[in-house]
Amino acid sequence: MSPRRTAAGGRIDRARTIRFTFDGKPMTGHLGDTLASALLAGGVTLVGRSFKYHRPRGVFAAGVDEPCALVTVIDGQAREPNVPATQIEIFDGLVVESQNRFPSLGFDLGAVNGLFGGLFSAGFYYKTFMGPVVGPLKGTRFWMLCEWFIRRAAGLGRAGDAKDAARYEKMNAFCDVLVVGSGPAGLMAAKAAAASGKRVMLAEQEPLFGGAARWSGETIDDAPAERWADEAVAELAGLDNVRLLPRTTVWGIYDGNTIAALERVTDHKASRARGEPRHRHWSIRAGKVVLATGALERPLVFPGNDRPGVMLARAAGRYAAEYGVLPGGRIAVFTNNDSAYRAAAALHRAGATIAAIVDVRAQVSAAASKLARETGAEHLTGHAVVDTAGRQRLRQITIRRFDAASGALSGAARRVEADCLAVSGGWSPAIHLASQAGAAARWDERLQAFLPPEPTGGWVGAGSFTGAFTTQEAIAQGLAAGAAAVGATPAASKPPQAGGPDLDVTPAPVFEIRAKGKAFVDLQHDVTAEDVRLAHREGFVSVEHLKRYTTLGMATDQGKTSNVPGLAIMADAAGRTIPQVGTTRFRPPYSAVSLGSLAAERHGELRPERLTPMHDWHIERGARMLAAGLWFRPQIYGQPGETVEQAYAREAAAVRAGVGIVDVSTLGKIAVQGPDAAAFLDRVYTNVFSSLPVNKARYGLMLREDGLAFDDGTTWRLGEHEFLMTTTTANAGKVMQHLEYFLDVVWPDLRVNLTSVTDQWAGAAVAGPKARDVLAACVARTGVDNEMLPFMGIVRGEIDGIPVTICRLSFSGELAYEVYCGAGHGLAMWEALMEAGKPFGIVPYGLEALGTLRIEKGHVTGSEIDGRTTARDLHLGWMLSKKKPFIGSAMMDREGLASPERLQLVGLVSLDNRAIANGAHIVEGKQPPDDPHGSIGHVTANCFSPALGRYVALALVKGGTSRHGTRAHISDPLRGRFGPVEIVSHHMFDPEGSRMHG
Amino acid sequence: MAEYSALSLLKNALSANRDWKPAWRKPEPKPAYDVVIIGGGGHGLSTAWYLAKEHGITNVAVLEKGYLGSGNIGRNTTIIRSNYLLPENTRFYEHSMKLWENLSHELNYNVMFSQRGVLNLAHTPSQLDDFARRGNAMRHEGIDAELIVGAAAVGRLVPGLDVSGSARFPIIGGLLQPRAGTARHDAVAWGYARAADRRGVDMIENCEVTGFLREGDRIVGVSTTRGEIRAGKVAVAVAGSTGRVMKLAGIERLPIESHVLQAFVSEALKPVLHTVVTFGAGHLYASQSDKGGLVFGGDIDGYNSYAQRGNLPVVEEVASEFVAMFPGFSRVRLLRSWGGIMDMSMDGSPIITTGPLPGMYLNCGWCYGGFKATPASGYCFAHTIARDEQHPLSAAFTLDRFQRGILIDEKGQGATPRLH
Amino acid sequence: MLISCPYCGPRDVSEFTYQGDATRTRPDPASADAAAWHEYVYERSNEAGPHREFWQHAGGCRAHVVVIRNTVTHEISSVAPARGDRI
Repeated sequence: MSPRRTAAGGRIDRARTIRFTFDGKPMTGHLGDTLASALLAGGVTLVGRSFKYHRPRGVFAAGVDEPCALVTVIDGQAREPNVPATQIEIFDGLVVESQNRFPSLGFDLGAVNGLFGGLFSAGFYYKTFMGPVVGPLKGTRFWMLCEWFIRRAAGLGRAGDAKDAARYEKMNAFCDVLVVGSGPAGLMAAKAAAASGKRVMLAEQEPLFGGAARWSGETIDDAPAERWADEAVAELAGLDNVRLLPRTTVWGIYDGNTIAALERVTDHKASRARGEPRHRHWSIRAGKVVLATGALERPLVFPGNDRPGVMLARAAGRYAAEYGVLPGGRIAVFTNNDSAYRAAAALHRAGATIAAIVDVRAQVSAAASKLARETGAEHLTGHAVVDTAGRQRLRQITIRRFDAASGALSGAARRVEADCLAVSGGWSPAIHLASQAGAAARWDERLQAFLPPEPTGGWVGAGSFTGAFTTQEAIAQGLAAGAAAVGATPAASKPPQAGGPDLDVTPAPVFEIRAKGKAFVDLQHDVTAEDVRLAHREGFVSVEHLKRYTTLGMATDQGKTSNVPGLAIMADAAGRTIPQVGTTRFRPPYSAVSLGSLAAERHGELRPERLTPMHDWHIERGARMLAAGLWFRPQIYGQPGETVEQAYAREAAAVRAGVGIVDVSTLGKIAVQGPDAAAFLDRVYTNVFSSLPVNKARYGLMLREDGLAFDDGTTWRLGEHEFLMTTTTANAGKVMQHLEYFLDVVWPDLRVNLTSVTDQWAGAAVAGPKARDVLAACVARTGVDNEMLPFMGIVRGEIDGIPVTICRLSFSGELAYEVYCGAGHGLAMWEALMEAGKPFGIVPYGLEALGTLRIEKGHVTGSEIDGRTTARDLHLGWMLSKKKPFIGSAMMDREGLASPERLQLVGLVSLDNRAIANGAHIVEGKQPPDDPHGSIGHVTANCFSPALGRYVALALVKGGTSRHGTRAHISDPLRGRFGPVEIVSHHMFDPEGSRMHG
Repeated sequence: MAEYSALSLLKNALSANRDWKPAWRKPEPKPAYDVVIIGGGGHGLSTAWYLAKEHGITNVAVLEKGYLGSGNIGRNTTIIRSNYLLPENTRFYEHSMKLWENLSHELNYNVMFSQRGVLNLAHTPSQLDDFARRGNAMRHEGIDAELIVGAAAVGRLVPGLDVSGSARFPIIGGLLQPRAGTARHDAVAWGYARAADRRGVDMIENCEVTGFLREGDRIVGVSTTRGEIRAGKVAVAVAGSTGRVMKLAGIERLPIESHVLQAFVSEALKPVLHTVVTFGAGHLYASQSDKGGLVFGGDIDGYNSYAQRGNLPVVEEVASEFVAMFPGFSRVRLLRSWGGIMDMSMDGSPIITTGPLPGMYLNCGWCYGGFKATPASGYCFAHTIARDEQHPLSAAFTLDRFQRGILIDEKGQGATPRLH
Repeated sequence: MLISCPYCGPRDVSEFTYQGDATRTRPDPASADAAAWHEYVYERSNEAGPHREFWQHAGGCRAHVVVIRNTVTHEISSVAPARGDRI
């Protein structure tokens, strides 16, 4: 066993040796160790490098507040950078690397930055790197050159680039009371709340419950506090209404008491069981939250305070008491308050030599003095540490006499040998969650700390979170909070009694020892006390300016150790009080959260896939699928050796010459039912629907309230009070919402019910001169001749025993029918139509051919109804009824919507026999850069038209109608295309519509 | 006050940085100014600078209720681009881009504009066509744009991106604006403040406007928490607070809704993302700061809000999209999130105008694109204030365009602000 | 944020779609009052404080509800059906 290990005690299992590697070097620890405790036990003091000056840094804390000892955890191909060594539970096979060093942790070239500390003062980069105003490095170029180097020097760990094999999951939970933190206050709160029988959850960020009880060395009800905690946890674990969440950090409070928490499910295991997630993202709706999040120790700021071996006193005490590790052989303590004496006692009990206890206060409490005597340390009150020495680890500290009131140093410097310095600068309640929830923190002069704001009603606080720094107070507050959270009165029985030294909880208001040398406030970002004073000199006095200018508190620890000392130094420089400088509002997350957990199960499956009933058929027939929103639709059914263009031209030609079939199941379909359905549609559509006879369909256009075109489609009157509305695939959801809004909010008196039936009906369009023949061959129980089924007529019949509804309507301009059946029969209906069509040479066609047919006809889709066009722009002015108001009618005639200079729909015919790509622009003459601002419009849809034998397109062109018959150019500089086109009417094929009426 | 330069840094380093002076003065407000600008954010500060620089108007105060730059200028994802579709926007934002390109020199303050490119990813052929239309619109206005075709080409530009065909939304290309990029947001506020201050403009912090002074219909000044201040002209540039401030002037309704937008930053990482990338199958934009943090954001939360904090669904959605794009980032950790209040207009485009009351000038409606507009917004607003007319570049950004139906609707969503 | 749907009970905000300012009055459909239509379609009260607004329970019963929510604190003080007669 390592000489740094104690013989007994703590949470580790000395019988179990765990093997891991650090920077490739094999190391060992024990079950229960964190990486930090194992490294300390192995005598490793240099763990990381700081951000800016690449100074050597060791373990500074023992928990979530660690600013220095950051490493990268390697898990196969996956990398997790910037993990505090204090939060990694070691397991066999753990691989970790140090980071932000080159070429090695021991010898880092980046450390040269430290020599230029004066130049690299706070905000130095705002004042330089601007470069010359002329020449090759003008503009932003010089800066970008410098930036290239700066970026490489910055950053901490390296992220992985391989897909993470681990699973992440999200869990929703509901409880009456969520207790955050499991120290004596949290445990008492959980017990008190659980006694009511209500649902209680208890979240603890560490692997073990108990918080301060695990290391305080106190007794509770005459048992060691640690044992009392274990018993309390065992009792809670036995209750059905309590859920315990270890390794779970509550990191955010959102509206409605929605609590976000991260559970690290398997980070401490060598392997994950099947299906076991790495992290679980909890979204907890809690009736009440009890915040028992404790307090964070803050350091003192003095020259050399960043040397490996300097650490928080609580951390040093915890390593000894909880992990059985002595962070040094000869330990000095430096404090402004009594709590560090407890740490000194714990270290002494564990076998460490306490070289000295240096206290800035001239007088300390009797209890503290007694503890100091017991450790056998030299007790130097009214002294301060003014410097440290040692290369990559602490070797010696320098002490001088110090006056806490004036901050003045006096007397000769004394040097004390020590390889560890345990520092305490007082305590800051962990008020982060309360601050996220709203109000500002309150400064308490006696405790020299920000206390939480008044509770909002969503939470209550307990324990040192509220500034109640003694265990007895924590117990009492926990009891009260737990009872209050369930609306009960606390039990009358005597609360557990804490036993321990009667320490003074108030610190001396000393934050910094001003002496020669670099004194760090933010240890990770290398923000020094001088940087804070520089920010003051330059006017960056408000706390937010201080933070943003110096980067203080912006590191991975979010200023857990640095915020208050930084504020105190600024307050001193500015001659203000700390609350006058202010406190920053804490933002979620409390501590860093993996993106994978937030993405949880949706990762890789960001959105569902929507497939039509005929999907597999399309795939089997070689269809190439295209995404259309969440839907997948066939683009083409390619044959071997065909290009996309050849395939769709063949399909489209087959429709015009014979017959084709296309899957239209994706169209939005809304059942509009009720006595007022017709009246409703009259208000919704620009044209009239109340006059539509039963069993007839009509093409309809909707506008938005602002008078611009919204969506189009056919609506079928299936009965006096029953319509089936179809919408474009893309707008199905929006149209539904639009209609529901009007029914609920604007016209609640209309007796209309809406049901989205998009997924309930499968549809196929059969189009082409032989379409009627195909239907005649397979449709039973109805005729489909012109008499029975005229243009826009509707019949019901059967295909292969499947009930179908058939409407004769045409998007292609051919004789065409849309055939609908229940979605479950979609494939059978489709196959029956294919079978019936065989003798007629039926061809399935995809979106490209569908597009080609509609472009030839000049029919519009979402490419033209793009939210900026009006009905008139699209030549649909004839659909605007003058007989009735409709949605959008009041605003559609505003001057800007009626201007003749607007973009209007036209057709384009290529004059150089080359394609006219979508997204190309139209210019009158020259292309850019010769003709700036020359664009007069753009192409919305294009194809090779087999019917016309030309490349054609639809386009929106300024004053388009007036340009019919003129020449222009398409200009597509992005794809290197420029060529002549003729502007024509958008009705390019069969403008009279004789084919579809045939 | 001394110029900033490498030399001044060196000189000051030798004197232990003891001689640096405040970046701007902290004057007491004077009783009257020629122009009072309400709002010490990016747009207010840049307006002050261009009033001084372009129009010689220096008897100006910028009133800020908190600290300078406390609003959206310090809460955004720092993206600068001019890759718009509609000419009213392309021209305006391209002018902004040109101002950005020389801004550090103009202000003698390194705003760290880094032209690392903005790449919009396309996932379907029709989306790529839409990008082609936009890119061509840019090229026709003299703006740089490139169409990137093919997943492999995208993969070469942005290592780490999932360019596999098996992705739920496979990447097939994108639109790149090479001159676009990012800047250091706070530095923009501080740089403008310092530069304007050097020309004599007063920065009045912790000075909240509580009312407007009137003579008849005319606005002649403001009452503030630091007393009454009279002004020849009062300009309002308060972004998300527009509704609140204008109500003080009796303007109860405007074509604006205030919405909360969250932004996110990860822990610092070694360089991994060199361009700004946007996801096309949802709404996500991401870049990496010089410090190493991945900076990213998505949609607004989607409801009226004046609270500078949002809710969990957007956090989860944004993370999902990010990890879908970069599967290797699942173990990267979110460090901090925050919220800003966006002045969402009814067509997604801004308002820079005289009025709506005599003596008053209004600049608002930036939705969540205000950061990149900072220079041009101030430039045009200063022109409007100085000359009582629209600048040609912002001529379309009037308040009456909604009545007249001359809309600038980049996304075609109509009067539903949450969709812009 | 939790919204208590009058039909379904308290549900997470992610189930709802925001449908905006509920203080607007739609002019008579036949009205040609351009100013009134402009105010209805484009102008918003944009209150900082209690705000009357519509939400649709799109991921639930699809009903629209009128919510009074404080835009500064996000606190919801009342939720009622937009269509009073359906409960």
